[in-house]
Amino acid sequence: MNNYLLISIIVAYLACLFLIAFWAEKNSKSKWVNNPYIYVLSLAVYCSAWTYYGSVGIASQSGISFLTIYLGPVISLPLWILVMRKIIRISKQHKISSIADFISLRYGNNRFLGALVTMICVFAIVPYISLQLKAISETFEIITDETSYVSTSVLDDSTFYIAVLLAVFVAFFGTQATDASQRRKGIMTTVAVESILKLTFFLIIGIYVTFFLFDGTTDIYQKASQMDNFKEITSFNGLEAGFNWLFTIMLSFFAIFLLPRQFHVAVVENDRERYLKKAIWVFPLYLLLFNVFVIFIAWGGNLTLTGDVNQDYYTLLLPLQNNNVVLAMLVFLGGFSAVISMVVVSTLALSTMVSNNLIIPYGFLDKFIKGNPEKNANYIKNIRRISIFSLIIIAYFFYVNFSYELSLFSIGLISFAVIAQLAPSFFIGLFWNRGSAKAAKIGMIIGVLVVSYTLILPFIVNVLTDSTSFVAYGLFGIALLKPYALFGIDFLSPEAHAFFWSMLLNTFSFLTFSLLSKGNYRERNYAEMFINSSNYTNLQEGAFVWKGEAYVSDIRNVLTRFLGEERTERALNLFNLKYKVSKEEEMADARLINFSEKLLTGSIGSASARILIGSVAKEQPVSLLEVLKILEESKETIATNKVLKEKSEELTRLTEQLKTANSELLKQDRLKDEFLDTVAHELKTPITSIKAASEVLTDGNDMPQGLRNQFLDNIVTDADRLARLIHNILDLEKLSGGREQLEIQHNQINNTIKKAVDGIYQMAHNKGVHVIHQNGYEIKARYDEDRMLQVLTNLLSNALKFTEPDTGIITIVAQEKKNAIQVAVEDNGKGVPKEDVLYVFDKFYQSKHQNIKKPMGSGLGLAISRKIIESHQGKIWVDKKYIKGARFVFTIPK
Amino acid sequence: MCSLYRNEKYGLITNKTETLKPMKKILIVDDEPNIVMSLEYTFKKKNFDVFIARDGGEALQIAEDIIPDVVLLDIMMPNVDGYETLRQIKNNEKLKNTKVVFLSAKNKAADIEKGLKLGADKYLTKPFSVKKLVSEINELIN
Repeated sequence: MNNYLLISIIVAYLACLFLIAFWAEKNSKSKWVNNPYIYVLSLAVYCSAWTYYGSVGIASQSGISFLTIYLGPVISLPLWILVMRKIIRISKQHKISSIADFISLRYGNNRFLGALVTMICVFAIVPYISLQLKAISETFEIITDETSYVSTSVLDDSTFYIAVLLAVFVAFFGTQATDASQRRKGIMTTVAVESILKLTFFLIIGIYVTFFLFDGTTDIYQKASQMDNFKEITSFNGLEAGFNWLFTIMLSFFAIFLLPRQFHVAVVENDRERYLKKAIWVFPLYLLLFNVFVIFIAWGGNLTLTGDVNQDYYTLLLPLQNNNVVLAMLVFLGGFSAVISMVVVSTLALSTMVSNNLIIPYGFLDKFIKGNPEKNANYIKNIRRISIFSLIIIAYFFYVNFSYELSLFSIGLISFAVIAQLAPSFFIGLFWNRGSAKAAKIGMIIGVLVVSYTLILPFIVNVLTDSTSFVAYGLFGIALLKPYALFGIDFLSPEAHAFFWSMLLNTFSFLTFSLLSKGNYRERNYAEMFINSSNYTNLQEGAFVWKGEAYVSDIRNVLTRFLGEERTERALNLFNLKYKVSKEEEMADARLINFSEKLLTGSIGSASARILIGSVAKEQPVSLLEVLKILEESKETIATNKVLKEKSEELTRLTEQLKTANSELLKQDRLKDEFLDTVAHELKTPITSIKAASEVLTDGNDMPQGLRNQFLDNIVTDADRLARLIHNILDLEKLSGGREQLEIQHNQINNTIKKAVDGIYQMAHNKGVHVIHQNGYEIKARYDEDRMLQVLTNLLSNALKFTEPDTGIITIVAQEKKNAIQVAVEDNGKGVPKEDVLYVFDKFYQSKHQNIKKPMGSGLGLAISRKIIESHQGKIWVDKKYIKGARFVFTIPK
Repeated sequence: MCSLYRNEKYGLITNKTETLKPMKKILIVDDEPNIVMSLEYTFKKKNFDVFIARDGGEALQIAEDIIPDVVLLDIMMPNVDGYETLRQIKNNEKLKNTKVVFLSAKNKAADIEKGLKLGADKYLTKPFSVKKLVSEINELIN
């Protein structure tokens, strides 16, 4: 393929990534940027060019041992819920922005330890980055079909320009905020997109090789099994190989936690703890998919490509051999994606460490103390930017000068072995409070020295002197010091061997020195905060033990230099509010010291933050015992406060309940009053009438007989009315008080309706109103028949009351519903006004629109009917949709 | 003209005594026909010109028309209640000499006070004594 075409495709591709990153930064609140899948996919930064190309290379030479690199992470993932969650919590609590910060803070915010971790990481990762650049360069050469891949000058080498572009990308999107503990959504989104791309393209080539170049997996297997070394590359080779497997799996197990880029994506960029739940199954699935076709591509390559080819690049060579340039191009872009994401995240993580744990604490603090906030922010950003460029440039030159002897796989493993030296102080330090800073430093240094001797030194000697005597006979010819077979252990692969010895000695010295040296109170304080992190989540700043003298104004000054007036003011206000500290307070306490250190940590790293705050505070040493005592006390205070808070909440709740009960009682009381008022009024009316008529009669000796009879009639009617009223009131009270025992029996509703209709038949006939009862099939239900009759009669006589004489029609229908029966009484009267629909069932409710003479009735009929239906667990209502008249409906369960 | 407002039910009742004195006009406002009937009989016998209304709205129309000397007013009535009716009577210049007597079952001190405050001349509670009512009315208009 044409050189320039490929370069323009690469440039276009990078431009796309810039756009995606830019878009994600702009839309940092978007759902597309904030979801667990972005998090999980960014974890796949683990799959670098090593995975993309190197696995195939290893598979073609030594079989399935490439899997070890993925088995470690897969095994570790269930532990994430426990371990990674703890790490994330601690990191968020302390605003940790890198693994160097994490380890140095655990050991009492130790400046030297932070720097040491940083150096180890740089030492391990820079060659690894250069290997990635090597992969770009080599694949570029394969695709463009150039013969020599080492360019004569730097400026001729396209890889150099790609490296510079990547540095620009990281520098631009990685240093948007001074606070390194903040998330870089732009970069993470591109990493996630690249993870999808590299997997897709790798699957495409896998499918292509397996199903298009060959006839499926069985076909490849059968053909491959006839090759000479087939048995060797598909079997396990006994116990010794078993140890190799074990150690390589452990190596990758550690790497998934400790690689700076993994720590960055898994911890620093974690938005929500619950994303972990998604990660523990999606990420293994991702790794599985990535490895499905590796072995088939390797076999396929072994079968078809003969002669002197680099097995790492089977994925490119196979499509090219078949003239499928487009496919090769896709594979190239997939590998390119893998490289970019690895390089970008690694340099981002390393540059933060270099600036916050190495450069700033060891040289720039004085400058910061003098500078103003804007200048300081720029300084910090520039330090990071320069770190980014330096790291990539160093990696580039390392690649140009050194790395072409080694495969992706071996440099990768060397890098893992070096990084693994952080493991004892990292993992043991998470769970054992005795681990001390001194022990951590000694363990790491010994570990790195052992790896250097057993793995790196032989390589350097080999490159520089071209002699193998060092490897063959050991240092000074002492056989026990043979770098690949220390003390006679000669059955392990060099990497497993180096891992075994370094880890053994590292762990041993860490444990020994931890037990020998106690460490100071500061170490113990942080150890407690890390190990019992869950206990101290509530304590927060309170878990930090500090004694001494410091002025709030001094601390404010330091903060202002980095955060600016406004942010400092806001942060301190927040602090005062949270801990209920007065603004006038002049002296700073431990909480403010810790709070301020955390504020600065994101920008300049924990070590520098402590030094800066320490420069304005006179700290007094605290004894170890005191630290523990203070911590214990704060824990107890928290516990007591918690109990008090619970009690007070309970009291509030009870008060609330009492209030509701009281207002309910008051309401009931008022309703009762109103009811009594109305009852009194209703009772007084007929009494008044009876009394007046009686007086008139007593006085009216001269009254004509007809009129006298009329008055006597009135007295009788009103006495009846009075009796009916009293009866209804008592009835209603009986139903409301629940004193009424219903005699519920199996009945047939249409029979009951018929009885009710018969009851009012004469009255209806007299008024000329038709009553239609559609007596259909049997509908059985359980109810108290007398009471039901009362309801039906009431509804029917209401209907009768409100229909016109001679034209009135009343229809009553019973229907069977799913679990209930429904009865509807319809009439063609004037209907129930809309505003009355909800109130007609209230006691003594009378419509405002009722301007005709009061119909005879107690005003309690519908209220009683409702009570009866409700005591049958039923419902009664007015059908609002019915417009031809009134339609009363009730249902009761069968 | 006046008979227009009379309830046909009361056609039995006629004035027996005739005097030269102009008859006092009384308007009875209540929605309970039996009570109205007793009152109508009583006041006709006492030589009043009696008019009947079944609610506040009707009462206002009739009062405007006949300018009664006294209005017997129930409070709890449909549509326009007694209080509102009183308010409107008081606001009507034509009816400034009309006396208003509340005749209500509401017998709480607060109700009575409210009625009097609105400008009622008397407040009698139901059930009432017919004799006492007549004497109170006489006292009021003479």
